[in-house]
Amino acid sequence: MKHELPKLPYALNALEPLISQRTLEFHYGKHHQAYVNNLNNLIEGTSFENADLVDIILKSDGGIFNNAAQVFNHTFYFMALKPRGGGKPRNKLYDALVYTFGTFEKFKEEFSKAGATLFGSGWVWLVADANNKLSIVKTSNAANPLCDNLTPIMTLDVWEHAYYLDTQNARPKYIENFWELIDWELIETRFENL
Amino acid sequence: MSFELPKLPYAYDALEPHIDARTMEIHHSKHHAGYTNNLNAAIAGTDLDGKCIGEILASVSRQSAAIRNNGGGYYNHDLFWKLMSPNGGGEPTGELQKAINDTFGGFEQFKDKFSKAAATRFGSGWAWLVKLSDGSLKICSTPNQDNPLMDDAEVKGTPILGLDVWEHAYYLKFQNRRPDYISEFFEVINWEEALKRFQD
Ligand SMILES: [Fe+2]
Ligand SMILES: [Fe+2]
Repeated sequence: MKHELPKLPYALNALEPLISQRTLEFHYGKHHQAYVNNLNNLIEGTSFENADLVDIILKSDGGIFNNAAQVFNHTFYFMALKPRGGGKPRNKLYDALVYTFGTFEKFKEEFSKAGATLFGSGWVWLVADANNKLSIVKTSNAANPLCDNLTPIMTLDVWEHAYYLDTQNARPKYIENFWELIDWELIETRFENL
Repeated sequence: MSFELPKLPYAYDALEPHIDARTMEIHHSKHHAGYTNNLNAAIAGTDLDGKCIGEILASVSRQSAAIRNNGGGYYNHDLFWKLMSPNGGGEPTGELQKAINDTFGGFEQFKDKFSKAAATRFGSGWAWLVKLSDGSLKICSTPNQDNPLMDDAEVKGTPILGLDVWEHAYYLKFQNRRPDYISEFFEVINWEEALKRFQD
């Protein structure tokens, strides 16, 4: 099965000025695309050739894992952004966040702090365990919470390539901007479909 | 006593066009300064206060992540600045040239192998040419701000060359093209400094 770069539900300039078109041209057009291409090349002729993406993530290691996970991670990240997003989630997800973190603001603070303090390249995740209990986890490089039996609900890319053209060393500024772009409706659906 | 951000041995724009002034300025005045400040905060009031950076790095397996990460970041960048020069580039000389030829079969072979180590380090990290305790040379890479002076390093020894492959080191000028950055690094390598380190 050939893996493909998913189409984005918005134009590359649609997240301006918070995430620039130039950043998306590289991040989506080059990095995300390269992970897709590398994955397709690496699995050719292996037992992963016809496996679906999650299966590859759960069973592979090394270069195949890195590229498969980065395809998943980037799709998961990009799909949950939208122009004029932000605000707060509603319904079950809102209640679960308040139940777990005290208030929505507290959740936001903890998630932002996890993003700001992750050392090196990686991802911050809101995840649910087998009992639908929420928590925040950080993963290095390509690592994905699925490998720890946790279901991803939302993610933030804190590799430097995600923000360096826009905010350089100021990762917290990028994280602040991220909150204005979140597509909560989509993330609510992910949570409700658990 | 605390660590101070080392001055760059040249102007921010001195490595142009290979490494751009804006990258140098942010890399030194923000990233390196950040590691220096965070290292000072992490050792303040501990028994590492007053110790030299070599001693701190040699004990990181017993220290906090903040000391490992910022101690490494403080040391690695200081070394990195010294290993570049506006008059750099070309090939190594003297004993280092001989050792590189003997170990890798020639300068081009060395360059390929070092470049590959730098290009294939996944995520953030460094590529190194290391002199081992028996005097031999080895190429390796480390994640994040780890380095060969750390007591738990896989390849331990004296760094002769170090190349920063965090995206912050090249993203403003090269974006996703890390291999282009690596070839530009070879145009500014301070081989005199590398030879000095090899001889010490
Ligand atoms: Fe990314
Ligand atoms: Fe750096």
